[in-house]
Amino acid sequence: MECREYQIQVKDTGKHFVCKENEFILEAMKRARCGPVHYGCFGGGCGACEMKILSGSYIVEKKMSRAHVTESDQENNIVLICCVKPRSNLVIAR
Amino acid sequence: MAFKGTLRPGLAQLRVLDFDKTLDFYKNILGLDEVCRTDDGRICLKGYDEFDHHSVTLRLADEAGLDYVAFKVCSPEELEKMREDVEAFGYSTDEVPANSDQPGFGKRYGFTISTGHRFEIYSEVELSDDGPMIKNPDIWQREPRGMRAQRMDHFLLYGPNIAEAERFCEEVFGMYVPEVCNTPDGKRLASWITGNNKPHDLAFVEYPEPGKIHHLGFYLCNWGEIGRAADLIAINRLKLDIGPTRHAITRGQSIYFWEPSGNRIEVYAAGYTAYPDSPQRVWDSDQLGRGLFYYSGEVVPSFLEIVT
Repeated sequence: MECREYQIQVKDTGKHFVCKENEFILEAMKRARCGPVHYGCFGGGCGACEMKILSGSYIVEKKMSRAHVTESDQENNIVLICCVKPRSNLVIAR
Repeated sequence: MAFKGTLRPGLAQLRVLDFDKTLDFYKNILGLDEVCRTDDGRICLKGYDEFDHHSVTLRLADEAGLDYVAFKVCSPEELEKMREDVEAFGYSTDEVPANSDQPGFGKRYGFTISTGHRFEIYSEVELSDDGPMIKNPDIWQREPRGMRAQRMDHFLLYGPNIAEAERFCEEVFGMYVPEVCNTPDGKRLASWITGNNKPHDLAFVEYPEPGKIHHLGFYLCNWGEIGRAADLIAINRLKLDIGPTRHAITRGQSIYFWEPSGNRIEVYAAGYTAYPDSPQRVWDSDQLGRGLFYYSGEVVPSFLEIVT
């Protein structure tokens, strides 16, 4: 089956990149070299890739450290993008 | 024995986010052996060349990072004296009974130092049933796995007031400080501290937030093994931070990477032989890039900025 691709727009930067449905947003951002985050532990532990998802749907596929994303943060769509995969086009912000 | 006070860091309890990928990393990629599980579900591990019961405990938690580290002290008498010295230094201590939350370990005394880290001291620990051979010994009993980490080696801690932490390690632990890095106004930015002939048992970097860990280091036997570890990082899609490279500080050969829960791990080989009577090596902070990464001479932002 063909893998879906979504557009991820970084608000206020005019930058956007493609993220496949089966990859974490941070991997795609790093590959595209156009996001505000280029590194981190890629394991949900360090918090370097914390961003807010302003619109669109997504799934959290790895545990995110509560030291960086509290339950209330998560309800407000604050995520670590190394743990998140898109399910639609997204608008995200630092 | 010639060593006095603390012999070495003997135990670290880490928080991990999952036990699937993370335990697979520690056992099958780093190469530690699982020793036992506790009633509350923590997992105890050791390197194949370590004699004591275990050296790393993993605790499933909502956040990554370090619970505490524990140092082995040379005798029960020294342990009791050291507790008094800790109290006299100004840190209040608590007692963790023998064979309670860390199987095989004797009584431990715990306290919090200026950087916000919980340190513990102990003198008694059971030998592992599966330690290195001692009678006409072969080099190992079973062929080591993965990166073939011999033992836990050291850790780098981030927190406030490392000048006090350094003084504590010297005055109470009986350690010495082979290498330091200072800011232009003479303040301590980092220090490398040991209680034996290793260039560091632990290191500190000055940082406003307390209780952070930069990395936990494991010892590999040579530069070739560091290259093999790099292969395993790539094959297993682990996230590399830096290396393979050489530190000018400690002269260790090294790779840094993240385990699946986001704790930074170093595998480390070589390093100079430290002696307490050798002159201290001193780095200026504007030379820190060369001190940390001797080949490139440049500091990578992720290395300085990311701690758990």
